Amino acid sequence: MKKSMFLSALLMGIMFILAACGGGNASDPTGEEDSSGEASGETGGSIVGDGSSTVFPIMEIINEEFNAEHDMAAEIGVSGTGAGFERFTAGETDFQNASRDIKEEEVAALEEAGIEYTEFLVGTDGLTVAVSQENDFVDSLTFDELYSIYSGEAESWSDVRDDFPDEPIKAYGPDQSHGTHDFFKEEVMNDEDVQGELIQDTNQVVSSVTSDPNSIGFFGYSFYLNNEDALKAVPVQGPDSEEAIEPTDETVQSYDYPLSRPLYVYAKNESLENNEDFRTFMEFTLENAASAAEETGYVALPEEDYQEQIDQLP
Amino acid sequence: MQLVDKDQVSKSLGGRLFFNKFMKVLFLLCTMVGLVVLVTLIVDTVLDGWDHLTWDFLTSFSSSRPESAGIYGAIIGSIWLMAVTAPVAIILSVGTALYLEEYAPKNKITNFITVNISNLAGVPSVVFGLLGLTIFVRQLSLGNSVMAAGLTLALMIMPVIVVASQEAIRAVPGSVREASTGMGATKWQTVSRIILPAAIPGIITGIILALSRAIGETAPLVVIGVPVSLLVTPNSVFDTFQALPMQIYNWVKMPQEEFQYLTAAGIIILLLILFLMNSVAIFIRNKYSKRF
Repeated sequence: MKKSMFLSALLMGIMFILAACGGGNASDPTGEEDSSGEASGETGGSIVGDGSSTVFPIMEIINEEFNAEHDMAAEIGVSGTGAGFERFTAGETDFQNASRDIKEEEVAALEEAGIEYTEFLVGTDGLTVAVSQENDFVDSLTFDELYSIYSGEAESWSDVRDDFPDEPIKAYGPDQSHGTHDFFKEEVMNDEDVQGELIQDTNQVVSSVTSDPNSIGFFGYSFYLNNEDALKAVPVQGPDSEEAIEPTDETVQSYDYPLSRPLYVYAKNESLENNEDFRTFMEFTLENAASAAEETGYVALPEEDYQEQIDQLP
Repeated sequence: MQLVDKDQVSKSLGGRLFFNKFMKVLFLLCTMVGLVVLVTLIVDTVLDGWDHLTWDFLTSFSSSRPESAGIYGAIIGSIWLMAVTAPVAIILSVGTALYLEEYAPKNKITNFITVNISNLAGVPSVVFGLLGLTIFVRQLSLGNSVMAAGLTLALMIMPVIVVASQEAIRAVPGSVREASTGMGATKWQTVSRIILPAAIPGIITGIILALSRAIGETAPLVVIGVPVSLLVTPNSVFDTFQALPMQIYNWVKMPQEEFQYLTAAGIIILLLILFLMNSVAIFIRNKYSKRF
């Protein structure tokens, strides 16, 4: 009997906390959700986006700023570039974040669905190949050497280059659910499968690399920036380049770094033309993408590129 | 005459007693493995997340800036989601169980349905997500709303509740049933006044297991396209929403280290909500238990 009394008291307490939580937020300056919900309901112009988890942090920051300034917000998912394009094709989203170029099949599907779109660039990422800071022999790698490591051809470091020690290679990378994986596969592996330990959580790739001097891994530039003290970025020499180039803000932005990749937002033209809120949102996005990209560990485009894209808006 | 050969017994006694003790320790170890892992996990999570469990964390929306990121939208969204999932799943499942146990003729078709429901419990949650995407999101044009996601999760957890409820209903003594019928009660009167109250503790156990699974589920929500950045909370079941497990999953993937602590803080909140839901269920169970 006592037990049930205690439980009901507990329940009452919880109800109060929840009520207080809801009430507190209504008077909270951040609790603008009600007014914005109504506002978007009146104009009928909700803004919906989905796609790449790589681009997501940039767009989330922009969305927060947009909400602070315009008192309305977009709805942004992270189902991944591929799944996001499916929703974009189904007409469920107004914009689509992508960490790679749109594929031919996706172009065809969009054409068939009668959806016209405009491609915008919001920033640049440099896919970073890194080893542990304790690794003292890898100073640069060519695409061919990367290929031999990630195709499983080279089993020890001495197979990669003669003056490397005879230590077994442990190769890590993000798994197939990541655009980063697809990009590496396409650029370095000539579309052949990436061999090595492929991990879903990129943070695990980073910690695997930092804990073993004989390991190597690749991931987005932001993961390198956030673990700079434990990682050593390997300068990479592209197939038609004479020298190995280290990923830095400058080399990534200029695409001198061979593994630089563009980050896109694809916007539906129909929404741009008919939905005033969405047009405002895209303009706001391009105006603020540079700072948002830098804040989240990516590299901004040259300033004039953003202005040029703003001029393209209908 | 000696019935027991004492020498024989004393010879084998030591071995038997040792084996007895050995088995006891073995089973204890089995219990400890699960328990130790669980405690380690909880302690680790609480240590990581405790400092980040601030009022601001509970009352601000998600963000890609770790210092201002909060979980408000996700908490409210998950509560909305459970508010749809729980009643739908419970009504459908208990109804199914009652029909199968009390009304349906005991033939091959009924048997076939029962077997299939048990099999459904083993279907991966992503598959239910795809089903939800096709039927609720697209066919019924519910979009990525609370309703669509709630119905999907309700379908996903139905089999667990059905199976548990069937077991509970079957365990109600036949004599009670016969007594009720003998007093002139109709089938419905027997079911509603005798069988259901007696079976409730067992049914609730199924509900606890099922809802605990539903609130922590990420995969179907990802497939349905539930957003992660949404700076509003739903006003009705037809609005879209955020969900706690998706928020946690998104933070795990972020490169900044601070997000790992926010993840831990989010997990603590998820555990707390789970604990609250379960205490409500246990409260109801205690109220109804020991009727026979």
